[in-house]
Amino acid sequence: MIRDPKDLQRYTPQERANHWVVGISFILLALSGLAFFHPAFYPLSQLFGGGTWARILHPYIGVFMAFFFVLMFLRFRKLNVMTKTDKEWLSRIGEMVDGDDHNMPEQGKYNGGQKAMFWASVVCMLLLLVSGALIWRAQFSPPIGLVRFAAVVHAVAAVAMIALIVIHAYAAIWVKGTIRAMWYGTVTRAWARQHHRAWYREMTGK
Amino acid sequence: MALQSLDIKQRSATTTPAPSVRKTVEVAKLIDVSTCIGCKACQAACMEWNDIRDEVGRNYGVYDNPMDLTDKSWTVMRYAEVEEKGRLEWLIRKDGCMHCLEPGCLKACPAPGAIVQYANGIVDFHEEHCIGCGYCITGCPFNIPRISKEDGKAYKCSLCSDRVAVGQAPACAKACPTGAIQFGTKEDMQDYAAKRIGDLKERGFDKAGLYDPAGVGGTHVMYVLHHADRPQLYSGLPADPGISPLVSLWKGFAKPLASLALGAVALGSLFHYVMKGPNEVSKETEKEVEKEGSQ
Repeated sequence: MIRDPKDLQRYTPQERANHWVVGISFILLALSGLAFFHPAFYPLSQLFGGGTWARILHPYIGVFMAFFFVLMFLRFRKLNVMTKTDKEWLSRIGEMVDGDDHNMPEQGKYNGGQKAMFWASVVCMLLLLVSGALIWRAQFSPPIGLVRFAAVVHAVAAVAMIALIVIHAYAAIWVKGTIRAMWYGTVTRAWARQHHRAWYREMTGK
Repeated sequence: MALQSLDIKQRSATTTPAPSVRKTVEVAKLIDVSTCIGCKACQAACMEWNDIRDEVGRNYGVYDNPMDLTDKSWTVMRYAEVEEKGRLEWLIRKDGCMHCLEPGCLKACPAPGAIVQYANGIVDFHEEHCIGCGYCITGCPFNIPRISKEDGKAYKCSLCSDRVAVGQAPACAKACPTGAIQFGTKEDMQDYAAKRIGDLKERGFDKAGLYDPAGVGGTHVMYVLHHADRPQLYSGLPADPGISPLVSLWKGFAKPLASLALGAVALGSLFHYVMKGPNEVSKETEKEVEKEGSQ
């Protein structure tokens, strides 16, 4: 649907579908994983049909998400290369969080914060995938020392990943006009000019 | 096997006290390796009482049979041939759950009530609550629990908690023809062991001693060993077992803190929105874009 012919295309339908496949998988993984993380979250296993079903499903959803995350990584990796401007942006992230982003350095399609989020997610996903395979008792039985180490890595990476995604989702809610980019792919020109000036110029030639 | 429900000392993945009004005396099984003849009556009694038949496997040319603990073989005799002072010694150890005072399996288990420890010290798996994740294996310092390939649940020796609950000795102790397996209060077993160790020392085993490892708070299955200084001789009995620091880190204080941190991130986001307001496109930018568009 074209809402306004002047709107800028930010994501293709394939990119959006890829994002939501990963996003939904992640939510399912976080809910089922938290159930084993601490007894306080154990009731979440009921969402999956009980503890045993949560235990069975979690690793398969993990493999599924890993596959689609790799696709997403391939789609977006070039756009997330850190530049000097990004580092400057990151060094002044306090102003941004404070709500005053008018003097922030000009940003391309992604700002330094988004890029940092991207690379942190890549690292966490890799750690989760490898450590997750090592503690997947139904499939593998590596040496016990490795399993114990992997259990710690999996828990730490999972907490980091959930925190990252909470921040990711909040940033999209906080910056008005952002979520529609992931729903129907477009943003307004004003949104692009304010938040991603360099990308705006690249897209419009203005 | 939820026969004893009022004397639960610890319950897996449970943060409030378990029913514990009934206090019972701590029990222990004492396995005197020096009087074991390796007849496997204990293995037979175990499968008979628990009414579980393992598959008939292969004979590998050694006495060990089955070769390892399984979901259906909760105890196995392990035969080690060791040369000591020019003499062959046949060290036969009945392997199985040690019923630690500080059980690594229970600490690691994420399923509420799947593992309990009774006031008498027995660590019992309640398979109906087990989700089959195998974290008990990760937590165990003795490599005891086994996951069934048929039902995906973890199994191990229950120290015949059902028999002990009604004042009976475990089936293996009852069946042992030489008295190598004794059962009673932990205190009585320690006294009995002291006598056996005294006897062994008189016979030249000056390093004889009791295996009741402090690293797991002591165990409710103890061994009398001729070579207590080298438990590894007995088919790899760990010299200083304890819950791995990695397991303590994984299941310790870090998790409640991490849970709070996640809550703080979520609430922090909410309060950021409430206090700073949304980050909206400014009217000026909108006007500038309109201006640019009309050029």
